[in-house]
Amino acid sequence: MASTAAVPFWRAAGMTYITYSNICANLVRNCLKEPFKAEALNREKVHFSLSKWAGGKPEKPTLRSDTPGV
Amino acid sequence: MLRQASRLLSRSVAAGTSKSATARGFSTEVPSTIDSTFVESWKKVAPNMDPPQTPSSFMKPRPSTASSIPTKLTVNFVLPYASELSGKEVDMVIIPATTGQMGVLPGHVPTIAELKPGIMSVHEGTDVNKYFVSSGFAFLHANSVADIIAVEAVPLENIDASQVQKGLAEFTQKLAAASTDLEKAEAQIGVEVHSAMNAALTG
Repeated sequence: MASTAAVPFWRAAGMTYITYSNICANLVRNCLKEPFKAEALNREKVHFSLSKWAGGKPEKPTLRSDTPGV
Repeated sequence: MLRQASRLLSRSVAAGTSKSATARGFSTEVPSTIDSTFVESWKKVAPNMDPPQTPSSFMKPRPSTASSIPTKLTVNFVLPYASELSGKEVDMVIIPATTGQMGVLPGHVPTIAELKPGIMSVHEGTDVNKYFVSSGFAFLHANSVADIIAVEAVPLENIDASQVQKGLAEFTQKLAAASTDLEKAEAQIGVEVHSAMNAALTG
């Protein structure tokens, strides 16, 4: 069993498959014609707030939102 | 009573795995019958309650592996946000695997293939449907069912050639100027995806 199988260049650079796949998908979406491009980018909008917890208390949350003003 | 249930469960599981290492069949071969040992043990412990249902009892059973090669390939092509093809019977699909363009006919050897950015074409009689796939996987089963999953798949007409050229030039330049491994990798991905789109539009 070859555990020294050639790794893909992105894994050698420390990237995971999911990151690679998402980058590929984003690049394809950016090259679409209108209105497909607008639909695709709209579909991929995210809105979440993330906060790490330390010592039983939440620290300052980071908000990632593609819908302004919400 | 719940403590007894876990002991009964582990006893029936242990009896199952005492057989050979390949006691668990593939999803295409295992018949969708309920484990009778478990049901009997359950009825002894909780006679008034129905045994719990498992997810597989709600699913339609997959077609079993035919003894002769079927004439059609059943394709399930799914994206995270939509099911492009669901149980469609076709003659052949050509998928852009990392090892090259792979033609899949009914009766193909069971394979798991990682897909690279490229064209996937579905052949049904004289109709050919082409999609540009960003990346994904293809699972080819022994029963001539092909599950193809992709993150993004678009018909070729929806791709804008001028943006592809712009992107290709931009990433080629980024690749030359990149310093860290990560930057190089990202630029390389950009070059690969845009070259594949370019080839798809022109080829």
